[in-house]
Amino acid sequence: MSEPVLRVEDLHVWFDLSGGRELHAVQGVTFELRPGERMGLVGESGCGKTTTILAIMGLLPGSASVAGKVFFDGVNILEKGEETVSPHRWSDISMVFQGAMNAFNPVKTVGSQIAEPMELHGTATGKAARAQVRELLELVGISGSRADRYPHEFSGGMRQRAAIALSLACEPKVLLADEPTTALDVMVQAQILELLVRLTRDLGLSMILVTHDLPVVAQVCDRAAVMYAGEIAEMGEMATIYHDARHPYTRMLFSATPDLLGAEDVKSIPGAPPRLDRELVGCPFAPRCDSTFAPCTVTHPRRLEVDPGHEAICHLNDRVVVEETA
Amino acid sequence: MSAHAEAPAPLLEVERVVTRYPVPRGIVGTMARRPKLTVHAVEGVTFSVGPGEMLALVGESGCGKTSTAQTVVRMVDYQGGSIRFRGREIGKLSQRELRPLRREIQMIYQDPYESLDPRFTVRDAVEEPLLVHRLAGSRAERDAQVREALVRAGLTPPDLYIDRYPHELSGGQRQRVAIAASLVLKPQLLVADEPVSMLDVSVRAGILSLLDGLRKDGMGILMITHDLSTAAHFADRIAVMYLGRIMEEGPARDVVRNPQHPYTRALISVVPKRDPREQTVPQILTGETPNPVHVPSGCRFHPRCPIAESRCASIDPSLQPPAGAEVPDHRAACIVTAPGPDAAEVGPDGRGDTAAPAA
Repeated sequence: MSEPVLRVEDLHVWFDLSGGRELHAVQGVTFELRPGERMGLVGESGCGKTTTILAIMGLLPGSASVAGKVFFDGVNILEKGEETVSPHRWSDISMVFQGAMNAFNPVKTVGSQIAEPMELHGTATGKAARAQVRELLELVGISGSRADRYPHEFSGGMRQRAAIALSLACEPKVLLADEPTTALDVMVQAQILELLVRLTRDLGLSMILVTHDLPVVAQVCDRAAVMYAGEIAEMGEMATIYHDARHPYTRMLFSATPDLLGAEDVKSIPGAPPRLDRELVGCPFAPRCDSTFAPCTVTHPRRLEVDPGHEAICHLNDRVVVEETA
Repeated sequence: MSAHAEAPAPLLEVERVVTRYPVPRGIVGTMARRPKLTVHAVEGVTFSVGPGEMLALVGESGCGKTSTAQTVVRMVDYQGGSIRFRGREIGKLSQRELRPLRREIQMIYQDPYESLDPRFTVRDAVEEPLLVHRLAGSRAERDAQVREALVRAGLTPPDLYIDRYPHELSGGQRQRVAIAASLVLKPQLLVADEPVSMLDVSVRAGILSLLDGLRKDGMGILMITHDLSTAAHFADRIAVMYLGRIMEEGPARDVVRNPQHPYTRALISVVPKRDPREQTVPQILTGETPNPVHVPSGCRFHPRCPIAESRCASIDPSLQPPAGAEVPDHRAACIVTAPGPDAAEVGPDGRGDTAAPAA
């Protein structure tokens, strides 16, 4: 198996709150991304999925403290903070921000905004940059002649394509896409997802797709990590996670998602995710879980590999815990 | 059930409703005598909602589904057609005459973070409609009515919620408060505009089951949604809108499993499935929905339609039973999938048994 292009190791993020309190937004996230792989980072709002990728990009605000390691091509880019992250940002790891399609400067042409990172990172300037911009636009399905147009002359779907072109400006190896289709209609969503899949195939790009939408991940990604309360509750091949979920949250999240042709009842998950500004005792999902037993409210479950490449943080998979309780 | 037991009279009958908005030209545009432009938001929409029935109006943004809902509750002016509530024409009533009807037709909005006043407690929010409609009895009576509405909306025990403020509640709980504020008036028809799209997946099903329970108790529900999967699961009937028109309408199951209109077929093919092994070939339409200011001639879908014929550019099709339909009340506005050139147009009364499938 090829070496991972990105490896995140025991990543933690805390946000300072007023009154000296802290919010532990990301709690020991570990995963790998292999070349050309598409991985989904799924979860509900507040689960830490966006914070995780912002930490990888080194783009968290000053109120955040980060611990852990992020290896790109074997080098820990978080080692010296901004000093070691910035050479990789945008040129090796880039990002499509949530709502990026609405973040273009309205008084500058789309083309000049896509050229900006090239000039900033010194990959191309002047004529060469303009030529590359046209190529990039063509790559994402926009006629190169539209480089001189302004954002308001683009439809929503085209602005999202342009935002993707912008993220590809410095030929990155890893693309972090944060809810890239959330505000789009299904038909435009399908067009954008098809584009992202094509880009990973044609350019050998690795992608992390951050979304709350499980079916989107199911159709686009090879693997998925389901996040809950700042942790990766379960991670594995997409089909494995769907057909053989080993964390009750994954199973219940699938059951809460209506499927177009599914006949079974859609069931909501009772309760709400825990607050992350206080110490959690036991499993963070225990209050909402339908399969709890004695240890769940007492000790935090271990991360266990249930099958090769398939791991979950749930006591039910821990033979030692289950036997002791029985 | 006897062969033709009288179907319950529809609560809401909407017939050929047309809603257009003028595009503001501004003072410069007016002086320069630029042409007056019009947004054709709703262009002849016909449907009905019966008691105990949920109709989902489904479509992409800009298709006119929200305009249709707002027209039906008379929040916007409309240009043509008729709107009947319990057999009575309400389209021409003045706002004053409409007021008693507002009790019976209630609306639920998309964003429970915006629709609740942050300074109102749950009690204030749910009690306000009673005060506005001068239905308020004694304090004790109001208290009882508020509690009853909270219970119906699934906020039990009401004591736990009644004195809280919106910021102390989760998104799902807020939407339940908004629903309770509608239910307190004991309406017969709910118009729910994207009631769950702002909520997390894990709580959506709870809100939708709540609406489903109200439907089973006899409430008529018109749900506006962009999410076909949600409509397929919870609605009795689905109407698919495109550029101000209903392109296909029928029992939810038939529309989703046996789509007849090429637009519906394309839409259904691109809805991501939950099971990663169920990969379908998405039939991706190029481009985006045209601007409703310049609606294409003939069938408004023909420029993007994969099966369009030359006659589609000139013939504007009406809803009729398509050749492939398995039930009589399944209709599509497409001349290519229609059984023949002289297929009779079917009016809104041409519907069959609308009883919900046995649960």
